[in-house]
Amino acid sequence: MIELTDIKKTYLMGETEVHALNGVSLVIPDGAFVAIIGPSGSGKSTLMNVIGCLDVADEGTYKLDGQYVKDMTERQLGTIRNQKIGFIFQQFNLLPKLTAYENVELPLIYQGLSHDERKQRTIESLTKVGLADRMDHKPTELSGGQQQRVAIARALATHPTLILADEPTGNLDSQSGKEIMQMLKDLNAEGRGIVLITHDTWVASQADEQVRIVDGQIETKGRKGGAQ
Amino acid sequence: MKLSQALKMAMMSLKGNKMRSFLTMLGIIIGVLAVTLLISVVQGATGEITGQVESLGSNLVFAQITSPKTVYITVDDVMKLEGMGGIDIVTASKSGSSTVKAGTENKSATVEGVTAQYNQVMNLDLLYGRFLAPLDVEAKTNNAVIGYKVAKDLYGTTKCLGNSVNIKGRDFTVIGVLDEGDSMISSTDSTVYIPLLTYQRLFNDKELGAIYVSAENADAVDTAETTLDEYLLKELGDEDYFTVINQSAILDAMDQILGVMTTLLAGIAAISLLVGGIGIMNIMLVSVSERTREIGIRKAIGAQKSDIMIQFLIESVVLSVAGGLIGILLGLIGLQIFEQIMDINLVLTWSTTALALGFSAGVGIVFGIGPANKAANLKPIDALRYE
Repeated sequence: MIELTDIKKTYLMGETEVHALNGVSLVIPDGAFVAIIGPSGSGKSTLMNVIGCLDVADEGTYKLDGQYVKDMTERQLGTIRNQKIGFIFQQFNLLPKLTAYENVELPLIYQGLSHDERKQRTIESLTKVGLADRMDHKPTELSGGQQQRVAIARALATHPTLILADEPTGNLDSQSGKEIMQMLKDLNAEGRGIVLITHDTWVASQADEQVRIVDGQIETKGRKGGAQ
Repeated sequence: MKLSQALKMAMMSLKGNKMRSFLTMLGIIIGVLAVTLLISVVQGATGEITGQVESLGSNLVFAQITSPKTVYITVDDVMKLEGMGGIDIVTASKSGSSTVKAGTENKSATVEGVTAQYNQVMNLDLLYGRFLAPLDVEAKTNNAVIGYKVAKDLYGTTKCLGNSVNIKGRDFTVIGVLDEGDSMISSTDSTVYIPLLTYQRLFNDKELGAIYVSAENADAVDTAETTLDEYLLKELGDEDYFTVINQSAILDAMDQILGVMTTLLAGIAAISLLVGGIGIMNIMLVSVSERTREIGIRKAIGAQKSDIMIQFLIESVVLSVAGGLIGILLGLIGLQIFEQIMDINLVLTWSTTALALGFSAGVGIVFGIGPANKAANLKPIDALRYE
């Protein structure tokens, strides 16, 4: 359960202050599939970084599963990123020198799991995204769609309750994009919450709920099916 | 995260940049090589020289006579010293260079005329036969005790007792052969010892070259030195005509010289290690900026500050310790070569090895901690945005 109340985040761009988030309040229940849409510079990426505990809000409160994020130590935030949240990025963000297997294994290493458990979970994740036969390939030896699937496997390996996807289809052809979206929908059907950032209306339409953000503020929220 | 995993990650990243890793290590390799070689050589030389000086006997005091030909002291006079304040045994010698012959073989050697007590004072090791006896000196016999190398060169064997050796046209009988000496100070190997009075007659030389006295005990060395000094001043009449030296004075002087050398060389070695350390720090800083994005990704998927810190710290420590190990290995090879060239016994002691390794690991930690800290403190969001 994500509860954001009046979140503000300001950056200093040279001399001018940019209000990336200017009083955002939003509740995302467990297991929801929410798309955050908006033009570039609207603050949607900042919102996702705050939700993902990669960045901290200047003002307002953020409660994640009943806990105030502001009160958490850096170590606790690291643990949340590691265990509760799975990230999927537009640029995939795989480590280029590691194989697909090693990339997926990485968050499990930081969790301190035993070798056998890591192996079992890594293979399970890669099998789920259909890349069990490409485990020993490095990212450069995989297509864009495959790389994103490795990234999804990496996000899934820790069994997170929430998956944050920042333009997951942005660098993919439409066919691969559709596959990735299907995968996200399947994950949502398993009960995982998904927060997706996009400016692609088709991608956004796949979510149950759309939140439009403009100039750091929420403009509209809407359920699937049109009712505002 | 477990340490073994961190080590694996560090190794992977170092292997990914083999040339860079090697060049970074090179600084440490050279530093450690310098430390091991220099310390071992100085230690070896110290042991060698100290051993030689000590083998002369710790109670030894000796005087070198440098008086002009007209002023000299006789053996009989010198012998009066025996039993005087603090002095136990007295011996005197005079040496010169000459060609010694046996059959068709001839060799240039030091011929030294000595009294029978010489052996007692100088502790020479006899391989075969006996040393010159008091009777040899008194009766001016033509008996000789020859050094190891002289025996080998003249007869091809050390079993040459009873053979004759010709010095300045006179035949001497070999009555003793000395064992091989390893002294760098006074080589007995190329020396032929003959009775002092025989020497004086043969070389027509009334002077004495050196007087050796052994003190009654270690505590009496100073008294013996004073007695010898006063006696020679009285007999020769000028303090410029002789120099009295005791063994502890030689040891002290050598200790001082070697001490200064050790400090100096250790300083040079430490500087080269320092330079190596700065090289590591430089490369680690470059590596941190190059891998900012990687750090961001790692943090986003749950790496803790300490995980990143350890990863980078291990990289620098692995670089420096591997450099240290290679340096020690090269040092061992270098010592073998030095041993051959300098003909002395060199050992790389455990303490030197531990010092070199400890120092290089220390360098890795000290110079690695800054860059590692920089990496660990990167904010995940900034690191992820980094292009």
